[in-house]
Amino acid sequence: MAVIETTGLTKTYPRVTALDHLDVTIGDGVTGLVGANGAGKSTLIKILLGLVPATSGGATVLGHDVASEGGLIRALVGYMPEHDCLPADVSASDLVVHLGQMSGLPYAAARERTSDVLRHVGLAEERYRPIGGYSTGMKQRVKLAQALVHDPRLVLLDEPTNGLDPAARDDMLGLVRRIGQEFGIAVLVTSHLLGELERVSDHVVILDSGRLLRSSATTDFLHATGSLLVEVQGRPDADKLLGQALVDAGLTARPAGGALIEVEVRDETTRDVVRDLTVDLGLGLVRMQDRHHRIEDVFREGVAGGVQPV
Amino acid sequence: MASSPSETPSGVIHDLGYRPYGGPRLGERAVSWSFFRTGLRNTYGLGRSARSKVLPMILLGLMLLPALILVGVLVQAKDLLDLDEQIVPYSTYPLTTQLLVSVFVAAQAPALVSRDLRFRTITLYLARPMRRSAYVLVRFASLTVATFVLVAAPLLLMYVGGLLADLPVGRETVRFLEAVAGAALLAACLAGLAAVVSALTIRRGLAVAAVIVVLLVSYTVVSAIQGISLEAGHDGVGQVAGIFSPYTLVNGVQVFLFDVPEATATPPEGTAMGLLYVGATVLTVLGSVAALLARYRRVSP
Repeated sequence: MAVIETTGLTKTYPRVTALDHLDVTIGDGVTGLVGANGAGKSTLIKILLGLVPATSGGATVLGHDVASEGGLIRALVGYMPEHDCLPADVSASDLVVHLGQMSGLPYAAARERTSDVLRHVGLAEERYRPIGGYSTGMKQRVKLAQALVHDPRLVLLDEPTNGLDPAARDDMLGLVRRIGQEFGIAVLVTSHLLGELERVSDHVVILDSGRLLRSSATTDFLHATGSLLVEVQGRPDADKLLGQALVDAGLTARPAGGALIEVEVRDETTRDVVRDLTVDLGLGLVRMQDRHHRIEDVFREGVAGGVQPV
Repeated sequence: MASSPSETPSGVIHDLGYRPYGGPRLGERAVSWSFFRTGLRNTYGLGRSARSKVLPMILLGLMLLPALILVGVLVQAKDLLDLDEQIVPYSTYPLTTQLLVSVFVAAQAPALVSRDLRFRTITLYLARPMRRSAYVLVRFASLTVATFVLVAAPLLLMYVGGLLADLPVGRETVRFLEAVAGAALLAACLAGLAAVVSALTIRRGLAVAAVIVVLLVSYTVVSAIQGISLEAGHDGVGQVAGIFSPYTLVNGVQVFLFDVPEATATPPEGTAMGLLYVGATVLTVLGSVAALLARYRRVSP
C-alpha cells in the first residue's frame, strides 16, 4: 500500500504556485524529497499533515484523506519542522514526554518511550538540562526524538541536516537511514542537497517549482551508467597503450581527462580483462574504481535548474 | 552508549534496538486533559525551572498572608472586638489584593501563551492530533483555573477560619460560595484579557508590561473616576465607568446578584445597571475567547 499518494495536488498562494498538479506515490522505506528552496517541499508536508488545505486535487496518507482526516493522520505521523521549535527553558526529557502525551501516550508510556527515543537519537545526560544551552546538532536530535516518540508509522523530516557541520550531518543521515531500515518506519526526508539523499534514501522524488521532475528508485539514478576509471603508469604513453588494448579486446574505452581511462562495464569479467591487459603490457595499475554517477549528474543532464549539488 | 575502558566490566548494556509501541493511545479528551494539567502546573512553575517557581509561589504566599492574619484576629479576638462576621467580606478581598492578582496574571499569561509563539513550539502542537481550537480553549482554561486558585485560596482560608471562630455555618457557606462564583468570573475575565494581550506579541517582556498596564491602569483610572463622580454627585458616570476594569466589574456583578457589601465607590444601582454589568462580564469572557480563536486561526504552522 502506498504510504503517501497525491493526485493533481495543487496549492496556490496569492502570488505563487507552490504545488502544481502533483501526482506522486511514495511507499515504504526512506524517500528523499529534493528541490531548491521554494520548490514546494514544506508546503507538501504541511498539506500531508492536514495543516494547510490544498487548493485543488487531493492526497492520502496511510490511506487517510488529508482534507477530512487530518487528526487521524497526525496521530500516526511524526513531523520534524525545518525551523527552530524548541522552548529554551525546559529539558529535552520533559519536553519529549509532554509531546508524547500530546500524541496520545499515557504518562508512563510516554516516559518510557522518551527514554528509548532519546537514546536512539544519541542524547545522553544532556537530556536533563534546559534546551536553551544545546548546540544545533543536539537540538536537531531533540526535534527528531519528538517526531518519533509516539512510534509513528511515517515521519516527515523537513531539512533535518540544516545548519549541521559535516560530522553531525553524517550522524543525522545515519539516523534517518536507521529509522527507515531498523525501526521500520516510513520516512519522507527533504533536502535541497541532492548528494545527501543518495546515501540514505531508497527512492528519490524531485520537485521543481511545485512540479514533479522525477520520481524513481535511488538505484536507478546510480546505475544509469556503469563504468570504471582506470589509471596506469610505467611508460609515458601508458594510458594510450592500455586504451588501445582494451578497444582491441572489444571493450568500450575512452580517455577521461588526465591520464585516466574510462571503461564501460560490460559484465562481471570486465575488471579481470583490465587487470590482465595491464599486466600483459607490463604496466603498473595505480587504481581502478567505479565511476559513481551521483544523483546530481542525472539532473544536470536534465532540467533541474536551481538544484544545488553538494 | 559509549563505555570507557577504565570502567570495570561489571555490567553489560544490552542494546534492545528499536521497540515499537503497542500500548493504548488515548483520545482527544484525555490528551486535552493532560494538556490542561501541564498548563496549570506550569503556571505555578511546577515542572519548570526552579527560577520560574519563585514568582508565582511568592504571590500565592502574599495572597494568603492577609487572610491568615484576618483569620488569626477573628479567632483570637472575636469576643473582644465583638465580631460576628468576617472582618473583610469575601467579595471585597480580591479587590483589596488586586495588585497581586494583576502581577500574577501578567507574569504567567505570557509564560503560557506567548512562549509557544515565540519558540514556535506551537508547530509541534499543531502537528499532533489536537485541533487548533482545542489548543486555544485548553490554554485559556489552564490560565483561568490557575488564576482562580490564586483568588479563591485565601477565601477558602477565611472560610475555614470563620468556621473555627464559630461564625454561623449556613450564612458563611452561602457567602463563601457566592464569593467563589465571583472569583471564577474574575479569573475568567482576567485570563481572557491577559491571554489576548499575550497572544498579540511574541516578546515576553512586552506581554508582561502590556498586561500590567491594561489591568492596573484600567483599575486605577476607574477607581479615580468613581471617586470623583461620587464627590461630584454624578453616581451614574462612576457606575458606567466600573464596567471598564475587571475588578470593579465582577465586584459590581456580585453586588447586583448576591447583594454583597459595597467595595467600590459607586456600585451598580438598579436592575438595568446590574444587567449591564452581567452582560459586560459575559461579553468580556466570550469576546476574549473569540479573539483568541481568531488570532490562532492566523498562526501558520
